[in-house]
Amino acid sequence: MTAKPTAARENILKVSDLAVSYGGIQALKSVSFEVKTGEIVSLIGANGAGKTTTLRAVSSLVPYTGTVEFKSKSGEVLNLATVPQHRIVKFGLAHSPEGRGVFPNLTVLENLQMGAFSRTDKEEIAQDLELCFASFPRLKERVKQKAGTLSGGEQQMLAIARALMAKPSLLLLDEPSLGLAPLIVAQIFEIIKKINSEGMTVLLVEQNARMALKISDRAYVVETGKISFSGRGKDLLGDPRIIDSYLGGH
Amino acid sequence: MDQSSAQEFIQHLINGISLGSIYALIALGYTMVYGILQLINFAHSEVYMVGAFAAYYTGKGLGLDQHPGFGALFALLLAAVVVCSILGVTIERLAYRPLRKAPKLNILITAIGVSLLLQYSGQIIFGADPKLFPEVIKDVTVFQLGGVEVRSLDITILVVGTLVMIGLHFLVHATKIGTAMRAVSSNTMVARLMGINVDQVISFTFVIGSSLAGIASVLVGLKYPKIDPLMGMLFGIKAFVAAVLGGIGSLPGAMLGGVILGLSEEMVVGYLSSTYRDALAFGILIVILLFRPSGLLGSQTREKV
Ligand SMILES: Nc1ncnc2c1ncn2[C@@H]1O[C@H](COP(=O)(O)OP(=O)(O)O)[C@@H](O)[C@H]1O
Ligand SMILES: [Mg+2]
Repeated sequence: MTAKPTAARENILKVSDLAVSYGGIQALKSVSFEVKTGEIVSLIGANGAGKTTTLRAVSSLVPYTGTVEFKSKSGEVLNLATVPQHRIVKFGLAHSPEGRGVFPNLTVLENLQMGAFSRTDKEEIAQDLELCFASFPRLKERVKQKAGTLSGGEQQMLAIARALMAKPSLLLLDEPSLGLAPLIVAQIFEIIKKINSEGMTVLLVEQNARMALKISDRAYVVETGKISFSGRGKDLLGDPRIIDSYLGGH
Repeated sequence: MDQSSAQEFIQHLINGISLGSIYALIALGYTMVYGILQLINFAHSEVYMVGAFAAYYTGKGLGLDQHPGFGALFALLLAAVVVCSILGVTIERLAYRPLRKAPKLNILITAIGVSLLLQYSGQIIFGADPKLFPEVIKDVTVFQLGGVEVRSLDITILVVGTLVMIGLHFLVHATKIGTAMRAVSSNTMVARLMGINVDQVISFTFVIGSSLAGIASVLVGLKYPKIDPLMGMLFGIKAFVAAVLGGIGSLPGAMLGGVILGLSEEMVVGYLSSTYRDALAFGILIVILLFRPSGLLGSQTREKV
């Protein structure tokens, strides 16, 4: 990763003491972390650790205790618990969910339009659509096709492109590599790197720890609803605790 | 087939399609709400009933049966649409929204409760005896085609029904809010991530579904002019059967199911006996539930709203 001066940057997202329960089961006990402008930050951890729940709480899809502070596009720091859920995107936070979540019976174009739902700047949306097609030519070829007919990799690209259509300042990506062939996974990670190099801040959730750590500035390890430790991406790649538990022991 | 029996058949065909398009309008309301909330909105048939009374009182208040024509028809439609929309949205706000996170069965029972409440309130407020719907379209033979009489009422019903369904298709497929409705119906949680205000989309769905019921109520009032507070029961259940027949959640399914049901009823009445008319819908329901519970056009990739 090219050296990016992270020290001087400001937090775009600051999560403190986040706790979430589903019914009686506590999925998150206490999760705190931060993301600085321009970074790629990863949350890694085993299945069921609470990564998806963390992202859902940040997007106000589940009730939580603790605080989530987000620096909006206009520079104002918002306590997201006080913002109506449907306005969060407008403030600059887009979230591509686990399992891609494309709308299968909407066309590729309609999916992208829904990504831009919170925007009203018609001309800019049209321009961004062109930019999106330039980055994802496969989507352009399939623009009138129902999203449900796309391959898994194409659906993942659509999910990312759709999130970008919101013109966010922070992009949450939940397991973009899930269920994809290694070659496609590599492509997806290239795309994430490219988006980031063009200025997008990314909060990435991954079970594919190796790939995630390689492109991340920093990473947090989530274990049973808590952050157990964190560090710089390349440092963690060589960290024995990570190697043993998340990188297959070598 | 000799000529007179061919004429008779075509006559039944016209009647059947016109009845069917009314079923379709009501079925669309069931199917849209189901697509978005997975709720069978039993109160929908009473929204339809209230629409008929809204139109009745508007017609009476303005003396519109003295001035029949398209202006009068439009006034009745407008009254029914406005009142039904308000009622539909109010029911959703007061009865369903507080239960958004409750088990589906609770909401279903609430829907039945609202339906009964409206039936009995209707009997108190409007009176239990039937009222005569204002005749704002005179039912005359407009033209004869090879011995088949084409009547003004059937033309009106077909034209209004077709225009409304074309309008709905445009709304659902070519507008931002329509696309958002399909997105919510497809995956509510992801729709939230797009910044779609799901509550607003649900309200909008109730406005549209209830408006269609209002339009249907006026068309029914014209065709079967006796209206009463229990008129929604049988007609509503039949429209619901039409929605299930087409595939609940599917808009084209509701249209198709409505037309099939209308046609079959008319043919049964015409060629068998009117005694079987009402049994037919329930027969169809049982057969569908046994052999194809997802309905004619219902499937995994169906177009839900
Ligand atoms: N909708 C839900 N209802 C109940 N429990 C849930 C729900 N979603 C997740 N959980 C539970 O919460 C915990 C964390 O899940 P999740 O956030 O999905 O983990 P991860 O994304 O790290 O795999 C798990 O124990 C999971 O079983
Ligand atoms: Mg997960």
